[in-house]
Amino acid sequence: MSTLHTVNKSPFERDSLSSCVRLAAKGSAILLIEDGALGAMAGTEHSDMLAGVMKDVSVYVLGPDLAARGMSEDRIIDGIQVVDYSGFVELTAKHDTCQSWL
Amino acid sequence: MATKKFMFINRKAPYGTVYALESLEVVLIGAAFEQDVSLAFVGDGVYQIAKGQSTDGIGMKNFSPTYKALGDYEITKLYVEKESLEARGLTLDDLMDLVWEDEDDDWAEKPSIRLVSSAELAEVFDDQDVVLSF
Repeated sequence: MSTLHTVNKSPFERDSLSSCVRLAAKGSAILLIEDGALGAMAGTEHSDMLAGVMKDVSVYVLGPDLAARGMSEDRIIDGIQVVDYSGFVELTAKHDTCQSWL
Repeated sequence: MATKKFMFINRKAPYGTVYALESLEVVLIGAAFEQDVSLAFVGDGVYQIAKGQSTDGIGMKNFSPTYKALGDYEITKLYVEKESLEARGLTLDDLMDLVWEDEDDDWAEKPSIRLVSSAELAEVFDDQDVVLSF
């Protein structure tokens, strides 16, 4: 079974991302959307949390949500992949289940 | 009508929730009533005034240009908490260039953003008549 985890809350505001990172099984994927996209940025208090899990879990961020918030794709954590809405759909189709960390 | 000091504390990132936009609406109402309005950007609120916001891809209105109009409503005090910026790996360069024109100084453009420490901001909050948190 492989799961796509989506996180839509800022890591500074809620513990959704830290819970997801702690509980995502090896081989699953995490997609950061809406305010959750802010968690993809490098050089923040929470950057190490994601960087540490990326050897076991693929991490993606929704590009349009980064752009809306004025965050440059050049400044996201190394290894996070930027996807658009069709990439979101592909990820959903590729995984068996989807878990939303609201 | 007596003038009161109103402080609007903005604590949420834009677009994910409606708080940032709602705050802006109330701020403009406060200004219309000729009150002494200040804004503070704290926590994820600092993302509200991030430079280069482009919402074409998410189908929502980009309301960030409205912050640039605040100077015309005589809202010239935008406090940004330094600690909040630093925690997010951001600097003043990542924020929009927000200015106001000083009519007493030949309409010279002056910066509206005041970068302050938590301790300094606490003093500013303490000096207000009304504090509203969004």
